[in-house]
Amino acid sequence: MSETRSITTAGAAPRALRRPPARLHHSKTTKRQARFGYVFVSGYTLLLIAFGLLPTLYALFLAFTRNGAFVGVDNFVRVFNDYRFPPAVLHVALYVIYWLISLLVFVVLLALVVHAIRVRWASSVSRFVFYIPGAIAGASSVMLWLFVLDPTVSPVSALLNAMGYESLVQVVSLDNLPIVFTIIAFWTGAGGWIVIQYGALNNIDPEIMEAARIDGAGAVKTAWHIQLPMMTKWISYMGIMSLAAGTQLFVEPRVLSQATRGVVPDDYSLNQLAYLYAFRQGDFSGSAAISIVLLAVALVLSAVFIFRGRLFESD
Amino acid sequence: MSQQSSSARRAARLLAGTASAAAGLLLLAGCSGGTSGEVNNEYGFATAEQVADSPITIWVDASREPAVKAFQEANPDIPVEYEVYDGNAGGSGTFQTKISLMDQAGEGWPDVVFSTQQNDAIWASQETNGQQAFAAPLNKGFIDDDYLAGFADGSLDYSTIDGTVYGLRNDLAQDVTFYNKKLLDEFGYEVPTTWEEYAELGDKLAAEHPGYILGSLGDSFMTYVYYGGSESPVFQADGTEFSSDVEDEHTVAISKILDGMLENGTLVKDSFFSAEFAQKYADKLVAVPGPVWYTGAIFQGALAVPAGEIGVAAPLRWEDGEIETGNVGGGIWYASSHSKNLDAVKQFLEFATSAPEFQVEASSGYPAYVEAADGWLAKQAETGYFVNDDFQQVMSDAAGQIWPGWSVTRWSPESAWATVVIPGIADGKSIESLLPAWKEELDNEATVNGYTVK
Repeated sequence: MSETRSITTAGAAPRALRRPPARLHHSKTTKRQARFGYVFVSGYTLLLIAFGLLPTLYALFLAFTRNGAFVGVDNFVRVFNDYRFPPAVLHVALYVIYWLISLLVFVVLLALVVHAIRVRWASSVSRFVFYIPGAIAGASSVMLWLFVLDPTVSPVSALLNAMGYESLVQVVSLDNLPIVFTIIAFWTGAGGWIVIQYGALNNIDPEIMEAARIDGAGAVKTAWHIQLPMMTKWISYMGIMSLAAGTQLFVEPRVLSQATRGVVPDDYSLNQLAYLYAFRQGDFSGSAAISIVLLAVALVLSAVFIFRGRLFESD
Repeated sequence: MSQQSSSARRAARLLAGTASAAAGLLLLAGCSGGTSGEVNNEYGFATAEQVADSPITIWVDASREPAVKAFQEANPDIPVEYEVYDGNAGGSGTFQTKISLMDQAGEGWPDVVFSTQQNDAIWASQETNGQQAFAAPLNKGFIDDDYLAGFADGSLDYSTIDGTVYGLRNDLAQDVTFYNKKLLDEFGYEVPTTWEEYAELGDKLAAEHPGYILGSLGDSFMTYVYYGGSESPVFQADGTEFSSDVEDEHTVAISKILDGMLENGTLVKDSFFSAEFAQKYADKLVAVPGPVWYTGAIFQGALAVPAGEIGVAAPLRWEDGEIETGNVGGGIWYASSHSKNLDAVKQFLEFATSAPEFQVEASSGYPAYVEAADGWLAKQAETGYFVNDDFQQVMSDAAGQIWPGWSVTRWSPESAWATVVIPGIADGKSIESLLPAWKEELDNEATVNGYTVK
């Protein structure tokens, strides 16, 4: 998939940039490096084909067939007419919007703040602290949040009570869920992005920053006119990755659904619905149709980020 | 599917891709089909190749873990592995979704599964996507007829489809009225016998002894207790036709009673199984309609009410009606038709349903197997747990008075209650005002599950 390849290149780029510049390599070395390059990516490529490309093709096949016979867009029509589909779309869309906004605003802001900290140990400690929650896998972080969100056992129960919540059922009401999931996702995911954005800020030529300072630009002006424009690429990289992960919302609502014994519906998100189609209704074609819709939406939105965010342009 | 773009970032997201992963495996494995389909006359279904002494895998919920432990102790030679899962509680459907995954993979099935729901035989008796039906027929030679005859009348009905028995009932679950005699005597109240008296008791209790309660609405199985138990035609299926009448007089009347009791605080919103409930209400529960398994699960277990306080009375009825009670679960044991060690499976099933080590000593509810039930009742009588001597009679009478107007369908009625009513009342809405939304959700679920809504 093209989106994946672009992400790999983008991810590898900052490391390359950090190397001492301008030492031309001998052409022999370059060739050998290229050969090893292929070796290194081969494992990934094989897995990508086995668990990415083939399943995608299989899903495409399933989405347009039923019991092996071609049925055109019937599966899509059936899924779109399912009463659970529109709410699931809405739920996921709201969550993705909240999450992307929170990432774009707070991650960039925090990265700028951390970068501005001149005391070395304070800067590295804060990066480390931001990063820790990211080390906890999705399901276990939801378990942890279950305790935080349940007013009867929460360490911040006073805060929850002050907001008018007396039971977990009230906290995880449908209206609150996009915010709840955004907070959980931000808490687990933002740290990694802050570190990446910090790296991006380090890439900005110190001379430019120096020049800005000499010209009398303060921290805010420097950030707005210099740092932000030079970070665009990394911000859109973050956008794409988060979008792909966000539309696949699954673990959080699933765990919450089980923990609340169904008060959080088990068809909250699109991926949950696809899961129900496949394993509750035995309808793999419908399940595949939902997956294809998700793929299409993710591709279109990623394209927007890629082209608006100048991700493919070289410096 | 698009999980490849993010799988590196969040391992947990892999779960989301189980569908595609399974699909990938299928492709790699070249579409493994079902079993050969040769019916084994000894068992009455196509068995897998038997491997003597191969370990059997058992799925149980936490309350049934003692059954496995007791079996291991009694039969140390039989290798047993077990896994504790949610027992399908609350209509979660875990049992079905996990089996579907294994059907797709063509391997990995457990040998025995315990489920707290009554509707699993409906899907487990069906072939899915080319795989032999998961549940093994039990009355076609696998389990002896003599043994099957030992279950209480009608207790195998939920797991019997077209004359074939697919599961063995663990315990009965008819509703009765539990009351705390000590508190009733202290306050000078009578045991309620009708829904109307139950509501009046609520009014008196709220006025004279606030803080004491008559039950909880925090669990989704309350849909069976209060609606199934009050002859409310909310969940009726006839073949593949589904109907839900929320304008029926019983439905409306019970909803009004519940709303009144929620408002005066005699019905609470905490789950019976929450730590909160035990902490707040252990000595505050005055009377409550509920299934016979409340005995072990609630009174002796969660609330730890000492012997000599609790009594059992006949199920609540309407003032102008006969007793028609509800049924809340009553777990069912299923055997896998894919098992490689059916001898061990049979031994386990018989042990779990009838051996006194579990059913009398460690089971929370009223055993469905008559002999075990006698032992269990004798034990309750011996310890003098209940205050009334006729509790055995009351319980066994109620078993024959279950209202037939509440159906068992492909899906559980609990999920609609959990998604619509529980959050609604938490939000301060009345149940009566939620009835249309509840019906809509039930109708929608019926449609999705292939029923036509009447």
